[in-house]
Amino acid sequence: MTSSILFNITTLAYLISMLIFFVFLASRIKALGIAGSATAFVGLAVQTVAIGLRWRESYALGVGHAPLSNLYESVVFFSWTIVLIYALLDLRYKYRIIGAFVMPFALLGMAWAQLGLDSGIQPLVPALQSNWLLYHVITCFLGYAAFAVACGISIMYLIRENHEKSTSANEQSIVATFPTSRVLDDLNYKAIMIGFPLLTLGIVTGAAWANYAWGTYWSWDPKETWSLIVWFIYAAFLHARITRGWVGRRAAWLSIIGFAATIFCYLGVNLLLSGLHSYGG
Amino acid sequence: MTNNERTLSQSLWDFFCSLKLTMFLFITLAVISIIGTIIPQGSPSPEYLQAITQNKLKLYQSLGFFDLYHSWWFMLLLALLSVNLVACSMKRFPQIWKTITRPVTVMNDGLEKTLTNLTVIKASGNAAELRDGVMRVLKTEFAEPLRTEVNGVYHLFAQKAPWCRLAVYFVHLSVVIIFIGAIIGSLFGYKGFVNIMEGEGVSKVMSRSEKEIDLGFTVRCEKFSVSYYDTGAPKEFKSILTVLDNGQPVPGYNRVSVIVNDPLTYKGITFYQSSYGKAGEYHFTVSDSNGKNPIDLVVNSNSSAKLPDGSGMHVLEITEDISPYAQGLSGPAANIEVHTPKGGTRRIVVYANHPELNMQQARQSGGPLFQYKGGKERIYTGLQVAKDPGVWVVWFGCFLMVVGIYIAFFMSHRRVWVRIQNGTITIGGNASKNQGGFQLYFERLVEKIKAQLSAEENK
Ligand code: HEM
Repeated sequence: MTSSILFNITTLAYLISMLIFFVFLASRIKALGIAGSATAFVGLAVQTVAIGLRWRESYALGVGHAPLSNLYESVVFFSWTIVLIYALLDLRYKYRIIGAFVMPFALLGMAWAQLGLDSGIQPLVPALQSNWLLYHVITCFLGYAAFAVACGISIMYLIRENHEKSTSANEQSIVATFPTSRVLDDLNYKAIMIGFPLLTLGIVTGAAWANYAWGTYWSWDPKETWSLIVWFIYAAFLHARITRGWVGRRAAWLSIIGFAATIFCYLGVNLLLSGLHSYGG
Repeated sequence: MTNNERTLSQSLWDFFCSLKLTMFLFITLAVISIIGTIIPQGSPSPEYLQAITQNKLKLYQSLGFFDLYHSWWFMLLLALLSVNLVACSMKRFPQIWKTITRPVTVMNDGLEKTLTNLTVIKASGNAAELRDGVMRVLKTEFAEPLRTEVNGVYHLFAQKAPWCRLAVYFVHLSVVIIFIGAIIGSLFGYKGFVNIMEGEGVSKVMSRSEKEIDLGFTVRCEKFSVSYYDTGAPKEFKSILTVLDNGQPVPGYNRVSVIVNDPLTYKGITFYQSSYGKAGEYHFTVSDSNGKNPIDLVVNSNSSAKLPDGSGMHVLEITEDISPYAQGLSGPAANIEVHTPKGGTRRIVVYANHPELNMQQARQSGGPLFQYKGGKERIYTGLQVAKDPGVWVVWFGCFLMVVGIYIAFFMSHRRVWVRIQNGTITIGGNASKNQGGFQLYFERLVEKIKAQLSAEENK
């Protein structure tokens, strides 16, 4: 079996998981929540095998390298990390319904990769031939994924908070099944607490690599600059929590804006600006 | 008067300590950084300059928009951030230090009201025995408790990891350390560039600010090579370099290979594989179109030469053997470009073994007569050169930041107080982080205390 078939199965699993979560949202049947996360976990396991297999296939082609070297591979890896972070939060805090707001991100990534991107395995250009690539990409993407999860939670927060303000407490509706806004606020913070150290480590490993390869740890390359912009936004988020007037809605918006900046850092920079990073595809 | 002064300095201090300023700075820095990724940095291209109006250009230039990240006001913002950070930390530190070194060991009513985790257990029996039972549980399950007696009421206090409250201060300190490292680098280091011909050595490099810098030793390029994948994509750029100090090769620095992602460092100066190219020296004879007044001319690649009639020329390309390209011809040839003083441009091929063709060409154009005499082409390697004595300070700061953030987020100062009086045991606790997790932990601890007490009662 080849990795590309497994990647298709993964995509399907994420699609099914998302649909189950949507039905779960509407019906509030508990078993569906369990089924939704279970399907996501199966997808995650299949994808893990597929990534390993693709790694091996690259060796068979004689260009052996970790599958993190072009746009296709990075999008696939991004999806994987999103589901991984979701799985960790789900196992720990058991708020299944978050899956309805997180799985769409993972599905979007896989669908785009499988349908729209060139999945060929290419040899590594000299600039990427370094172990730093592995450390740098893994830490960055785990950070990005935590921010994706935080963004999903923040959207839920805004919906829920609106609802709490405008309706009486015991009214029956889909939104009433969400965790309370206080819990969502806390989960948002927890996701960013995972993401921020990882992003920091991602920036540091990137700087270390740049210093090792070019002799400058920081050159204000657009990608570097955008990662710093993302970092500023989440630093603002962390301090917002201890600043009067910045908690609640504003913090949720910071988290959403932070993720928008993250996506721009990841994709927009390569598509719209020029620089040293090569995921432009 | 003094009162006014005090309020002024007081409000200045409050301003620098305020978290609102922090939010403002983070968001402003983010927005300004975005501008810098949209407006081209460094020397903008002619196309860009044509696309914007003169007034805009003047405005951008005077605001330093083309070197935004080094402009005085960007530096000012970073300096403000540092001051904000230091002031805020200084303001809060004494309180935190007190919490760590002089903990509140007695739970009074005031403290009790602030605790979210609070349980009251009814227990009969001797207060001292109850106290010893609770102490045993705390010691094995949590931490060694401290006991106090106030007016016949027993108090216990136990805590874990109080020092992790300091982590945030180390994170803030690390930001300052990184800035210091960057300043050291920009004051005492440099970034430069050098091209070295195969077989030649250099002892001076050009810095980015166009200053010549003496290395204090010589670097010789023994060889440069490029290898390719089957697909034709480049696989490896490699220079073989030797460092010579006092004219002698330095042991361990003799014929070392330098590739992308694997530089060479000697005496704190690092050389990075960055580019390569070909450089040549080409010889021509130039005369009037009838062959009179011949002069010898040497032209380097990447530069142009002046001709006697005022026009200029440069070499586009040369070959050692023209025969594959032109039937019936042989020997070296050069493709050159001639710029006449009137602004015209001609491209012509000049041969070494075919003077008749050169003459024919001169007659046709009415320009000078060229005769190619051959040339030498050599490969050079392009190396980035950097010296940064501040880099280890920066790495130390980064290390401190990463470790500090980790501790600040995932470790927690947990405290438990117990008050034992007249058959009631009041247990309270709090944590600096992860309240949800601590709540579960606290509940389990209370269960264990209850179990211990009832076991002792039944004895
Ligand atoms: C680049 C700069 C900065 C970084 C990387 C940074 C990082 C952090 C981090 C990671 C935390 C822990 C947050 C949490 O536990 O949720 C924190 C807390 C804090 N920061 Fe900063 N910070 C920066 C700048 C500032 C500035 C300029 C101020 C100035 C007022 C400030 C004041 C605080 C305060 C008061 C806390 C809370 C401390 C506590 O909980 O006791 N920070 N900072």
